Amino acid sequence: MAENRQGGGESEKGYGQFHRRVFEGKSGVFAVAMTVVILIGGMVEIIPMYSAKAGPERADWVAPWTPLEVAGRDIYIREGCYLCHSQMVRPMRAELLRYGEWTRAAEYQYDRPFLLGSRRLGPDLQRVGGKYPDAWHFEHMRDPRSTSPGSVMPRYPWLLERALDPEDLRASVKALQRVGTPYTDDEVAGVEASAGAQGAGIVASLATAGIETEPDREIVALIAFLQRLGQDGRRALARQAGRTPEAAPARPGGGGQ
Amino acid sequence: MVQGSAMAPAGGAAEAVSPPHAAAVAYDDRIVKMFLGAVILWGVVGMLVGVLIALQIAWWPANLGLPWTTFGRLRPLHTNAVIFAFAGNVCFMGIYYSTQRLLKTRMWSDALSRVHFWGWQTIIVLAAITLPLGLTQSKEYAELIWPIDVLIAVVWVLFGINFFGTIAVRKVKHLYVALWFYMSFVITIAVLHIGNSLVVPATLFRSYPIYSGLTDALVQWWYGHNAVGFFLTTPFLGLMYYFLPRAAERPVYSYRLSIIHFWALVFLYIWAGPHHLLYSALPEWAQTLGMVFSIMLIAPSWGGMLNGLLTLRGAWHKLRTDPVLKFMVVAVSFYGMSTFEGPMMSIRAVNGLAHYTNWVIGHVHSGALGWVGMISFGTIYWLVPRLYNRPLAYPAWPTTHFWLATIGIVLYTVAMWAAGLMEGLQWRQISDTGQLANPIFVDIVHRLAPFYWLRLAGGTMFLAGMLMLAWNVLRTVRARTPASEPVLPLAA
Repeated sequence: MAENRQGGGESEKGYGQFHRRVFEGKSGVFAVAMTVVILIGGMVEIIPMYSAKAGPERADWVAPWTPLEVAGRDIYIREGCYLCHSQMVRPMRAELLRYGEWTRAAEYQYDRPFLLGSRRLGPDLQRVGGKYPDAWHFEHMRDPRSTSPGSVMPRYPWLLERALDPEDLRASVKALQRVGTPYTDDEVAGVEASAGAQGAGIVASLATAGIETEPDREIVALIAFLQRLGQDGRRALARQAGRTPEAAPARPGGGGQ
Repeated sequence: MVQGSAMAPAGGAAEAVSPPHAAAVAYDDRIVKMFLGAVILWGVVGMLVGVLIALQIAWWPANLGLPWTTFGRLRPLHTNAVIFAFAGNVCFMGIYYSTQRLLKTRMWSDALSRVHFWGWQTIIVLAAITLPLGLTQSKEYAELIWPIDVLIAVVWVLFGINFFGTIAVRKVKHLYVALWFYMSFVITIAVLHIGNSLVVPATLFRSYPIYSGLTDALVQWWYGHNAVGFFLTTPFLGLMYYFLPRAAERPVYSYRLSIIHFWALVFLYIWAGPHHLLYSALPEWAQTLGMVFSIMLIAPSWGGMLNGLLTLRGAWHKLRTDPVLKFMVVAVSFYGMSTFEGPMMSIRAVNGLAHYTNWVIGHVHSGALGWVGMISFGTIYWLVPRLYNRPLAYPAWPTTHFWLATIGIVLYTVAMWAAGLMEGLQWRQISDTGQLANPIFVDIVHRLAPFYWLRLAGGTMFLAGMLMLAWNVLRTVRARTPASEPVLPLAA
């Protein structure tokens, strides 16, 4: 009976008595005070993200994902690739050796949702774009062990069969435009043509390796996305390095500015 | 609650003078039993999926070659099932039982209690259908697609109305500490869920967040870390403050400590999210804030642990015979251990080694299995004989369950610590020539295999314990001969 009682009434001194009178007796006051207390931390950390000075760096050398890459990114999300593969090269020597340039803040600026990942069951993919030929990715999805002996990744043969739905893709690009990605209305209208053209390029490159497929297959969209990963940043950093070869390439410690 | 004379029932405590009709309050225990049933069902399902995906990591053919059974689709099913279905229903079960008794009143609205129950189970079923289909928003513990998010918000607000409505019509003047923690659960989860779910829909199944890039990442980990803080910590601390003193038959150690650690915990927790983004390109000031507040979190976390453990002062001998207390003491100890480990892992230099490795998985499970799981089992074993007014069908089983679960957790966490340290060190190892000592990633993956099998063994033991609990509760509930006299005193 007595075990769940608290507070000592008259015998309680100082803040205990104050707490008892002001909060425990008045649930409304308690609830409001608590709401204020739990809002502070989030507001202090999140609101400055919208300031140009305190928030993540943005840059004009990053372009939005193309429609086909958006489709590929949605497939990457659907299959949960981000659960085993991160997209964040940390500014550490071993990571630079293994993966390449560490990731700058601006490289994520069009990422909705972000896909940094929280676990590396497999390697990081931030700089995988351009690392392997298109045919490598095709074979890797069909059977990961054909390209990476000993891999523990599941097979994804259905990506080779399934076709994209152009209406679905248009809805995605339209929603991304509405939420702030700078697609022009012409780009939204031309989603199908753009995806078809980019897909045809990948189909042609696959054909040189003896692989036959169609531009509207899911595998083609996924390859488009994977081959774009980290490319804008890599090019921009190479240009910078070319202009100022003496400049320190990386400021370790994680700052993006 | 307070040390010394102040805790005596005859002291000035207002609750000590119960209203004369208090004994006549008809509590709604039906809703508690409904949530108990959901706990048993989803607990088994969630942990079974956990064992399956652990097998998939050790042995890839267990992905079964089907789109909806691959690791990438089942892993969110596992996390959602154990967090929101198992742990969530445990919270609700404990909250509906204890809130009514602490406030000496029936829930404000039985109808809202039912809507809450069936609404929540509908959400879980929808999650179990959509996640294997690959319909996901990808944010960890916030994967569910936007129409389900809307449903969650509605059900949560209805639950909140019922909860605060019950507080409003209470027959007791002052709110007991368990209720403070429940209130923080109800309010903060609503804020986090809505804040992290702001999206623009593209189709019924797909949407894009209003935040982009690292801002999106920061909002997600503001949500994600505080899902740990306010879904897996504060409501369970509330359960600890209600059920541990009851099981130990001792008052809570310190009232003042509960005030300090409560406010410090709810204030500090919110800031800790950015420790998930250390060494990313997130502005450094935010990373540092996340690290500093994570380290400060040790104090209020250990305040709660100490208040729980010291409640057993003078009752430690009961541990020898009472499995309920065994579960609860080990739970509180794991709480203390993982809330020490977490801040350590938030130190930038340590995080550089631990991040992205199995160490994180081990840390999560020492909290999830050790703290959440064990306190849930203890609560269930205490509650079932009182709810159904008869002894457990197999009174000796909880002790076996306790040892299975404890050894299972130890195997699990030790395997993941070893695997995490090993892969973290091998990823970064540089040879004498200045090159990577282990340039082939998959070589390191293979060296982890023994630890994955060990983890699978530990997880299977934990699941076996859960199955023992399920069968025991089922047989107790279904017992044909209800006792005519109360076997155990019902907590009034």
